[in-house]
Amino acid sequence: MTDPTLSGPGSRALEGSPEQIAGELRLERQTDEGAQELRRTKEVVLAGGPWPELDDQDSTMLINMGPQHPSTHGVLRIMLELDSEVVIQAKPVVGYLHTGMEKTGEELTYVQGATNVTRMDYASPLSNELVFSLAVENLLGVEVPPRAMWMRMMLVELNRISSHLLFQATNGMDLGAVSMMLYGWREREEVLRFLERVTGLRMNHNFIRPGGLAADLTDGWQEDVLNVCDLVEEGVQDYDDLLSGNPIWLERTVGIGKITTEQALALGATGPILRSTGFAWDLRKSQPYLPYDEVDFDVIYTTNGDVFDRYRIRLYEILESVKIVRQCVDRMPLGDYRVQDLKVTPPPRARIDESMEALIHHFKLFTEGFKVPPGETYVAVESPRGEIGCYLVSDGSGKPVRLHIRGPSFYNLQSMAPMMEGSMVADGVAIISSVDPIMGEVDR
Amino acid sequence: MADDTPREDGPEDDAEPVPAPPSDEVAAAVLERFPDSVFHDSHGQAVVYVARASWYELARFLRDEQQFTMCLDVTAVDHLLDAGRVDIAGVDYERFEVVANFISHPRNRRIRAIVQVTPAEPSVASITPVYPGINFAEREVFDLYGIAFDGHPDLTRILMPDDWVGHPLRKDDSPARIPVTFKEDNPSR
Repeated sequence: MTDPTLSGPGSRALEGSPEQIAGELRLERQTDEGAQELRRTKEVVLAGGPWPELDDQDSTMLINMGPQHPSTHGVLRIMLELDSEVVIQAKPVVGYLHTGMEKTGEELTYVQGATNVTRMDYASPLSNELVFSLAVENLLGVEVPPRAMWMRMMLVELNRISSHLLFQATNGMDLGAVSMMLYGWREREEVLRFLERVTGLRMNHNFIRPGGLAADLTDGWQEDVLNVCDLVEEGVQDYDDLLSGNPIWLERTVGIGKITTEQALALGATGPILRSTGFAWDLRKSQPYLPYDEVDFDVIYTTNGDVFDRYRIRLYEILESVKIVRQCVDRMPLGDYRVQDLKVTPPPRARIDESMEALIHHFKLFTEGFKVPPGETYVAVESPRGEIGCYLVSDGSGKPVRLHIRGPSFYNLQSMAPMMEGSMVADGVAIISSVDPIMGEVDR
Repeated sequence: MADDTPREDGPEDDAEPVPAPPSDEVAAAVLERFPDSVFHDSHGQAVVYVARASWYELARFLRDEQQFTMCLDVTAVDHLLDAGRVDIAGVDYERFEVVANFISHPRNRRIRAIVQVTPAEPSVASITPVYPGINFAEREVFDLYGIAFDGHPDLTRILMPDDWVGHPLRKDDSPARIPVTFKEDNPSR
């Protein structure tokens, strides 16, 4: 700062005595000094006597980003230690959306449980329902019919598409590509419209339940799904044309927020973050759960581990999900969409009018729920954000002793710290966006 | 579910005096290294119940010698009000259990470790120095269950406010702790 021509626009060399300058620039000087004095420690302030001069060279400041910052995707707060514009340390602070859903889960029966867990990761609610239902079925020893499995797979993949489209939209918005936001939401709405037609709700579907699904697919669903697939594929092509070669986009994303495989593994990061470091790990391939081993798709991975790679992985995963959905349309088996076990599955509505037993079963199922044998299990599936796990403990009653969801965002957030170190604050926004945290499942 | 171990239903029902030999190779290695631990096949998933003293060493063993590349999750369970619990020979149940799930990417297998924690001394060694990614999870257990993790670098509340009293996921923690004041209750009005 010794050469005034180097200190940037808006600075000028002043003439006159220091008193004159101080008079002219009183406000500015006061603000500056006040800000400087804030950096003094409590010990120095309380000790009395003359305060020592501050060393401008190695002074840093602490800045709170969030929890109301528009680019923090909800109520994420990040404490940044800054050296002017460069992030030295970043510490995510969570808990602002804590609503005690795991506690609530202990008060709800297994029938009601899906209603609770679906609200955790609100961008991909069906993954939560799926992992909860699989855990309950594992404890019950129940295997759902093939049609239920294929329906689940198709719906979860559609949900992955909508979740990744949401990411594309918000990621574009965070980096200044506002048209991307509109396009992403436009296509996402088509997916949600189909999910609404099938499940009755755009989000928080409560559709995948222990024992199967809530209802069968609607008439003419094949045509609807294929329309959505076409629209999404067209959209992805547009986004690719719009962003992937865009010099501004590349400037903002390539080489930003780098993370290595070792760091990602050590910090428990899963999903696109881990895959962006060159580690092709996807539970759908490595530990298949639904009939994922019967469909043809690829695990997308890249090797740079930067913001651009995480954007690209999610973009191409949309196409892989479309591939799976198309195969589901072709190969959807006929049959039951839920297990025909009267202790787990409510009887059809028509049976209630004519059968006393059906009425009793229906009543008992929705008042006290079904009993699950004592035991504990951990079931994991690949959600759009990584491994979502459900640790479920039963004591033989109608309510779980413990319902714990391993939210992938909760762990992925920790990988934000090494990504941010040494980057600029504006790049921090790109990094937060590329981690794609959903605070609902972080705080639960 | 996706484990390589054979699926056996119902070994938890028959209470055998001698623990069954582990059908899982990692569990067998853990039992060899930590002789006081117990293997249990929980719905086809390998579970080892280990002594509290060997919790940290177990994490080191899994990471350094068994290629367990990631600790997925640490959580806890409060068994205070349990109606029933699976009888496993050799496991002395306590009120709290701390549960950790590990995954080995190169070997493509999982293992779960469970340690019993008494309410009188609610603490266990932190495995954050071994698996840094478990930092938040251990803070969550500390926050919601009041179980301390010795050696954790930053053991503070994470989900609840810093000045919160109590640990909400304990079964004896009342969910409506804050009394509601109605206008009629206030004698000054």
